[in-house]
Amino acid sequence: MSEIKQMERDPLYVVSPSYISPKTKRFGKILVWSSFFLMSIIGIIQILYNLEKINFGFNNWRPLLYSYILWAIAIGYSRVLIYGERGKRNLFIFPAVMFIISIVIFPMLFGLYISFTDWNLSSLDGRKFNGLDNFYQMMSDPYYWNSLKNMIYYILAVLVEFAIAFLLALLLNSQIKGRKFFRVVFLIPLMLSPVAVSWMVGKSMLEQRFGPVANFARWLGWETPTFFSSPEIARLTMMCMDAWTFIPLMIIMLLAGLQALPKEVLEAAKVDGANKWTMFKNIIFPIMLPVSLTTLVIRIIFKLKLADIIIIVTAGGPGGATDSVTSFIVREYRDRSNVGYGTLLSFVYLILIIIFMTILIRFVNRWLQRAS
Amino acid sequence: MVAKGFVMKKEFFEKILIYGILLLWTFICLFPIYWTATTSFKTAASVTQGLLIPWLDFEPAWKGWKNLGLSPDTIFTESNPREEFLARFFNTAFISSTASALAVIMGSFAAYGLSRFNYKFGFMRNPDISFFFLSQLILPPVVLALPVLVLYRELDLLDTHIGMILIYTLTVLPIVIWIMRDQFNAVPIELEEAALVDGATVWGGFFKIVFPIVLPGLASAFILCLILCWNEYFLAALITSTDAKTMPVMVASQISSQSIKWWNMAAISLALCFPLIVAAIFLERYIVKGMAAGAIKG
Repeated sequence: MSEIKQMERDPLYVVSPSYISPKTKRFGKILVWSSFFLMSIIGIIQILYNLEKINFGFNNWRPLLYSYILWAIAIGYSRVLIYGERGKRNLFIFPAVMFIISIVIFPMLFGLYISFTDWNLSSLDGRKFNGLDNFYQMMSDPYYWNSLKNMIYYILAVLVEFAIAFLLALLLNSQIKGRKFFRVVFLIPLMLSPVAVSWMVGKSMLEQRFGPVANFARWLGWETPTFFSSPEIARLTMMCMDAWTFIPLMIIMLLAGLQALPKEVLEAAKVDGANKWTMFKNIIFPIMLPVSLTTLVIRIIFKLKLADIIIIVTAGGPGGATDSVTSFIVREYRDRSNVGYGTLLSFVYLILIIIFMTILIRFVNRWLQRAS
Repeated sequence: MVAKGFVMKKEFFEKILIYGILLLWTFICLFPIYWTATTSFKTAASVTQGLLIPWLDFEPAWKGWKNLGLSPDTIFTESNPREEFLARFFNTAFISSTASALAVIMGSFAAYGLSRFNYKFGFMRNPDISFFFLSQLILPPVVLALPVLVLYRELDLLDTHIGMILIYTLTVLPIVIWIMRDQFNAVPIELEEAALVDGATVWGGFFKIVFPIVLPGLASAFILCLILCWNEYFLAALITSTDAKTMPVMVASQISSQSIKWWNMAAISLALCFPLIVAAIFLERYIVKGMAAGAIKG
C-alpha cells in the first residue's frame, strides 16, 4: 500500500498544510461561472446579430475571443483559490494545454465539419452538407493518389540522406583540423529559408540556359540539361534540394550521438586490432541505433510537411510528378477554390500520417528492444 | 620497412580522402550562397553568360542593392523598395521573436510541470499529456490552414501581427516542450527541495533555482524557434496580405512575378538569409545544442 503511495507521489514533493476556507472556494467558483456567463452572453448576442434577429452587436467575433481569454484566466486563478498548492502546480501546464486546445482542437472540429460539405468559394451558393461525396471524389482522384505515391518516394529518399549525413558526421567526429569551421559551414544550409533556397538553387542555379549547374552538366557532356521537364529528373531535383537543406539537421543529431559514444569501448576495440570497417559495423552502428532511429523519425516528420519549395519552384509539375500532398491541396484551394474537398484531403492525409507514424514508432521501439 | 611505408601511405591517402569529402561538402554548402551573392552584383550581360568570379570575369556593380535602396549611393536617399523591405523585415523580426518568446515561456512551464509533478486530468496522466503536446509536431500545417483561416476571418485576425504570433507560437510550442523536458530532467530535484524546505514556494523555486540553471537550454530553444519562425512561409502566405506580410512571403511573391530582375532577386534572397547566416556563425553552439538535445535521449 505504501509503495503505491510512493509511486503516486510527485517527483518534487511538497508538503502543503494550506487550509482553504469555504469562502475562498466559493469565490473561485463564482469567478469561473461569472466569466463563463459573460462569454455566453456575448456569444449569444453575436449569434443573434449574425442571424439578424437583433439589430445590435459587434462587427466581428473578437469580443468573444477576449471574453474567452478572460474565462481561461479565471479558470486558472480559481484553480489556485480552490485547490491551493495543488492548483499552483496545475498552473504550470495549464497555459500550454489551454492554448493548444483553443487553437488546434476547435479549428480542427470545424475543419472536420467543412470536409463533409460542398464548399466552393467561387460559387455563390455557400457551403452545404454533402455527406461522403467528397470522399468518393477522393477515391477516384488520380492526382491525390499520385501525390501520396510521391510522398512515398520522398520518404524513401530520407534513407539516402541518412547515409550521407552519417558519413559526414563520422568524418566530422574523426581527427581533423578545423572542425569548428566545418561544423559552422555544414550548418548553414539549414538556416536558409526554403523560399530563398527555391530561388537561389531552384530558379537560378538550375536555370537551364546559364545556371552554373546547367553549365557544369553541359561540361560533363549532358547536352540539354533540363531539371524540371521529365518527371523522374524533376522529382530527383526536388529531393536533392530538400536534402540539401535538411542534411545538416541529421548531421547535428548524429554527431551528438557519436560524441556521446563510450570512449572505453572504442579504445578496447582498437587494442583488439579491429579495423575501421568492422569497428563501424560491430560497435559504432549498433550503439548508434537509438540515435539513428530518432534522427530518421524526426527527419520523416519534417519530410511529411514538405511543401514550400515545391509550391514555389515547380508548383507540382510536370504533370504532378513532384507534387507533395500539401502542395496538391494548396493548388486545390488556390486554383480551384474547392475548400470542402481540399479540407477532406488534408484530414485523410492527417489520418494516414497518424497511422504511418504509429506503425513506424512501434516498429522502431520493437527493433530497439530486440537490439538491446 | 616496406610495411611501415605502406601503412604511412595508406594513412596519407585516408587523410586526403577525408579532407576531400569534407571540402567537397563545404563547396556544396557554400556555393549557392556565393552564387547568389555575386549575382546580386551582376549586370544583365554577366548574368546571361553565367560568369562566376567578380573582378576577374566581370566588373561588380551595385545592381541588385541599388534597386533595393541599400547600395552606398542610394542608402541616404528616399527609396520605396527599401521602405517596403524594412517594413517586411521588422514584421518578420517582431512576429518571430514574440512568438518564440511566448512559446518558450509557455513551453518551459509545461515541461517543468511535466518533469516535476504527476498530473491527472480524467484519463490523462503525465505520459498522455506529454504525448498530447508532442503529437502536435506531426500535425502538418495544411490540416490547420483552412480552419484557422476561417476562424481568423471571423475573429478579424487575418493579416494582423497578433494572429501570426498565435499561429507561430503553436507551431514551435511542441519543439520547446521537447527540448526543455530533457533540460529539466537533468536538473536534480534536491536543489528545489532544499529551497522549498527553506520556505520558497513552488513558483519561487522554479524562478530562483531552476531557471538560472536551464538558461542556456532555454536560449537554444529560443534560437531554434526563432529560426523556424523566421523561415516559415506556408502559413504566412495564407494569413497575411499587406500589414503583417513577412519577408518569405514578399520574396516568394517576387519569384512568381516573371518580370523581376535576377540581381534584384539575388539581393533580396540574400537579405532574407543574411541574419540567419550570421546567427549560424556566432550562435552555432546554441543551435546545435538545441537540435542535439532530443537526439541523445530520444
